This record gives sequence, structure tokens and C-alpha cells, in this order.
Amino acid sequence: MGIIRHPKDFFAGLMFIAFGAAALAIGSGYALGTAARMGPGYFPRILGILLVLIGAAVALRSLKLKGNRIEFGSLKPMAIVLGSVVLFGLLSPHIGLILAGVMLIVVSSAGSSEFRWKEALISGIVLSLGAVLVFIWGLGLQFSVWPPLLTGAR
Amino acid sequence: MDLVANLMTGFGVALTPINLLYALIGSLLGTLIGVLPGIGPVATIAMLLPITYALQPVSALIMLAGIYYGAQYGGSTTAILVNLPGEASSAVTCIDGYQMARRGRAGAALAIAALGSFFAGCVGTLLLASFALPMTELALKFGPAEYFSLMILGLIGAVVLAHGSLVKAIAMIVLGLLLGIVGTDVNSGLARFSFGIPELTDGIGTAVVAMGLFGFAEILVNLEHKTDRELLTQKLKSLMPNREEIRRSIPAVLRGTTIGSLLGVLPGGGALLASFAAYGLEKKVSKHPEEFGKGAVEGVAGPESANNAAAQTSFIPLLTLGIPPNAVMALMVGAMTIHNIQPGPQVMTSNPALFWGLIASMWVGNLMLVVLNLPLIGMWIKLLTVPYRMLYPAILLFCCIGVYSLSNSTFDIYVTAVFGLLGYIFSKLECEPAPLILGFVLGPLMEENLRRAMLLSRGDPTVFVTRPISLVMLALAAGLLLIIIAPNIRRKRADVFVEET
Repeated sequence: MGIIRHPKDFFAGLMFIAFGAAALAIGSGYALGTAARMGPGYFPRILGILLVLIGAAVALRSLKLKGNRIEFGSLKPMAIVLGSVVLFGLLSPHIGLILAGVMLIVVSSAGSSEFRWKEALISGIVLSLGAVLVFIWGLGLQFSVWPPLLTGAR
Repeated sequence: MDLVANLMTGFGVALTPINLLYALIGSLLGTLIGVLPGIGPVATIAMLLPITYALQPVSALIMLAGIYYGAQYGGSTTAILVNLPGEASSAVTCIDGYQMARRGRAGAALAIAALGSFFAGCVGTLLLASFALPMTELALKFGPAEYFSLMILGLIGAVVLAHGSLVKAIAMIVLGLLLGIVGTDVNSGLARFSFGIPELTDGIGTAVVAMGLFGFAEILVNLEHKTDRELLTQKLKSLMPNREEIRRSIPAVLRGTTIGSLLGVLPGGGALLASFAAYGLEKKVSKHPEEFGKGAVEGVAGPESANNAAAQTSFIPLLTLGIPPNAVMALMVGAMTIHNIQPGPQVMTSNPALFWGLIASMWVGNLMLVVLNLPLIGMWIKLLTVPYRMLYPAILLFCCIGVYSLSNSTFDIYVTAVFGLLGYIFSKLECEPAPLILGFVLGPLMEENLRRAMLLSRGDPTVFVTRPISLVMLALAAGLLLIIIAPNIRRKRADVFVEET
């Protein structure tokens, strides 16, 4: 494993340093003010410094402590699931809740190793109709059910 | 008798048909997600947060609270019948509950778990009601310096009692605090960390962060490995425990309720910690420790009472001090802010119907759970046959709709996806997301109180150690940190959580 003996902690430390440094960099333009009259930059600056310091401690400690390797399984399901969510966000205002819902269920189901077309399609239709029933008719949420272009809404 | 009068007000609110209905919906939903492994109360409450906007504030809180304690009931069913923790806090119930089921005592185990939970729930609710007044009076004496120190104590307590690496947990809190201040600064009107995106000037929603970190990330982690969940269908005979089982459970229920009530109030405590501690205690005080792991009834009665007691008492710091002790309570803060209620000591005086109504509803909800759940167990078992490949797309759909409805914008959906990815990375790096949520909720409050305290002291930071209440809290926080650094306790702490899923 070389010099990094606890990879999970090492990368966690780097991540914290990155977040802290980003906060400091972005927040560098915010007015600091004084201790008595703190500007918008004061608190973020404290937090950013803290995060960098703790991150550095975690990363340095990983050279001494021993830990397991980071195990990755297949990354495909993650890409499919997150992709289907983003797609839902992009499409739902244009094609309405029912079609977008069916799309979300079918596409995201493909992330499972036991994907079945028919089952996913049926469950998508049932769940989307159920969602319309509960959320739009039941709770009165604002959401176009069908494509706005077809119904002429908006 | 103020308490009686207040509780009467509470029952007056909780027993209206509409609130009874929401208590029922909450308890049933809670049981449902408690039974199903792979979805917990944090993700569910996050999912439902947006839609509670359409409800009355009392009804909304009653329903969300029902989900939390309902999940404690549901979790035990799966643990006993299938040897899987339906809920993390039921992980220890698997050990002896499942062994009881194998010996044909599944019915008795379920009944004892439910009745023990009911007893614990009643005690927890009573404690909540009786501690509410004195705690609130104390909290009203707090100035900004005290509040700041209290939050430090709360956050430190949360990581000390949580599992995993202490340093990483503190880093997660700081990261949460940073994420919490994204958006427009109230004092200067400056939009901080918004990257010029108008949607971000309002800050990031608590529900968005929680859904991403808990709901989405959980799915991503689960899907990575092929899972085959095996199902053992158990025939349920009688639900009646025999005399021997009853005799042995009663003291265990009492002990579990006590330890659960105590741990629930502590920051970082809550149902999960309580059940683990109660199991350890039962094993230690038992006259026949060799039976544990082979179906000891105390191993079911103790932890199941403890997790339910803790689920109730963890509302005490939230409702009286406005400080959430765990991730679920952090979401309750979110629910209250949606309805423009600032959690804290003033809720009781400015909104007594809501305050006491919520407390009374917990008792009503617990009663419903006992009465409804035992007969419904057959139905809950059937639900377990729904495969995960059909469950997670449904979770995704409800999350997306919920997130969208927060502000009718698809932008929040993308932010949730980003937090899902972040949560996945956290899980790979073994960084617990719960402290982040606590920090996230407390971020703006902490900054506000720090600013005010320093303004009042004219920039003198010693204000935090010269005011006695504040000093005590900081000393407690420092003490906690010192204790945890001591090596032998550190080892113990790792032991308690070996069963963690």
C-alpha cells in the first residue's frame, strides 16, 4: 500500500481540505468585519480554517493508522440512477408528471442487476398514477400532469 | 396541576378527527418503512417534509413524529421474523428475537416487543410533558452566549456518542455548518457561496440535503452489490407470551425504558444508541448471560423498550431548547421552519396548542400502534416480499416529486442528486452523514448567536467563559472530548457499535 496506510482516511482528509480551501477562497471576498461587529465573512473564515486543519490532521494520521482499502463495486448503477433523476428534472416540466414518472421508474430500474422490462413499465405506470392521485388531487401540489403543450396549459 | 391542564389542552388537539387521522397515517407509514429494510425514518421524513406544507402545522408535526416512533415498532417485526434489521435501531433485536422465532416463540417476541415499546412510549411521553416546563424556563434565561455554548456542547455530544471516527465526525459537523450558511446573510444581505445561482440565495433546503445524503446515497450503495434478500416465512402461532416470558420481560422493560429515556435526551443519542446500550445492560445484569444469543426474552424486551423511549425523549431538547439531538430531530426543525415556527422555548408559550397537541398525539399514536400492529403483522410480512428492485425506483420518484414541490423548481432535484453523489462518496470514505445534518441545521443559528454574543460583549471572547451557564456547558463539552480521547473508553465505544449495519 506504500506510504498511505489508511486510504479511506487519507482521501477523507483531502476532501475536507478541499472543502475548507474552497470556502476560504470563495469567502475571501466577503467582508470580515471586527470581532464585535462580524461581517458576512467572519464565521465562514473560522469554519474554513477549522476544516482545513482537521482535514490535514485526518490525512496525516492516515500515514500512521492502518485501514482497509476503498472497495468499489460497479459504478454503472450509480450513473443510471443519478442520470434518471437528472433526466426527470429536465423532462418533467415539458412532458408532465405521468410520462416523466414512468420514465424515471423504468430508467432507474435498469440500475438493478435483476431488471425486467415489463415489471418496471407496469410499476412505473401504477406508481405515477398513484403519485398523481396522492400528490396532485390529494394534496394539491402544483405539477403538470400531462405535457403542457398538449393540454395548452401555461 | 398545570401538567394535567396542559395535557388536557393537548388531548383536545390530538383527538380531533383530522389529527387522529394524521397520527394514524404517520404511525402506519412509520411501521411500513420500519418493516422495510433499506429505507429509514430520516429519508422518509425528508421525503414527506415538502408535502407537509399543505397541512396544518400541528397535523404535519404529528404525522412526522408518528413516522419516527412507528419505525421503532416496525423495525422489530422484521428483526424477529426475518433476522434483518428493518431499522438500524432494531439490529440488536435480531440476535435474540430471531432465535426466539426459530424456537416457535415469534408471536411472543412480537407481543413483548410491542407491549414493551408501548410502555416505554407512555413513560417517554410523560417525561417529555413533565420536563417541558422546567426546561423551557431554564432556556428562557439563555442569552446568545449560552445558546452558542449549548450548541457547541450539543454538537460535541453528538459526535462523542455517535460511532466511527471522532475527528472525521467533527469535520463533518464543520462541513455541515458551512453548507448551512449558504445563502443570503441576514445581517448584510450578501449572498454567500451561491455561485451566482439565484436558487441558492435562499439557501439549501434541509429536506434536499437529507434526501440526498440518506435517501439517494443509500440506494446507490445498495445497488453497487448484487443483493439477494432471503425470505423466511414464519408461521405465527399464538401471540401470547407465557408466564415465564412475562416474568422475565417486566424488569427488562423497566430497565430498557430508563436507559432509553436517558440516552434519548443526550445529544447524539436517540433510538439507535439506546437499543445497543440496553442490550449490553441486559446481558450484564442477567442471571443467565449464557442464554443471550440463543433467544433470551430480555434481549428483545430491553432494547425494544429502550429505542421507543428514546424516540420520545429526544423531542425534549428539540421542543424546549430548539436544539436537535439527532438527524431525525434536525428534520423536525426543518418541518417547523417550513411553517414559520422557530423551534425553541418560545414555542410552548406562543403556540401551546401545537406543543401539547404534539405531545398528546404521541401517546395516542403509541396506542394505535399496539392496537393496530399486532393484528396487522401478517400484512407487514407480506410487504417484505416486495423486492428491492421495485422498491428503490418508487423511493426515487417520491423523492423527486417531494423535492420539486419545495419551491416548484427542478433546480432542487439536481441539488439532491449532487448530495446523493456526495453521500455515496462519504459512505466510501466512512464519513457518517448524521453529524453533517446537525451542523447544517445549526449553522445559521450558531453564527447568529455568536454574532450577537460578541456584539453584546463588545468583541470580548471571554464572555463565553465568564457567564456561568455558558462556562458549565463549555466545560462539559471539553470534558466529553477528554473522556473520549482516553484510550480504554475509546475501545469500549467501538465495541458497542460492532453490530452496526
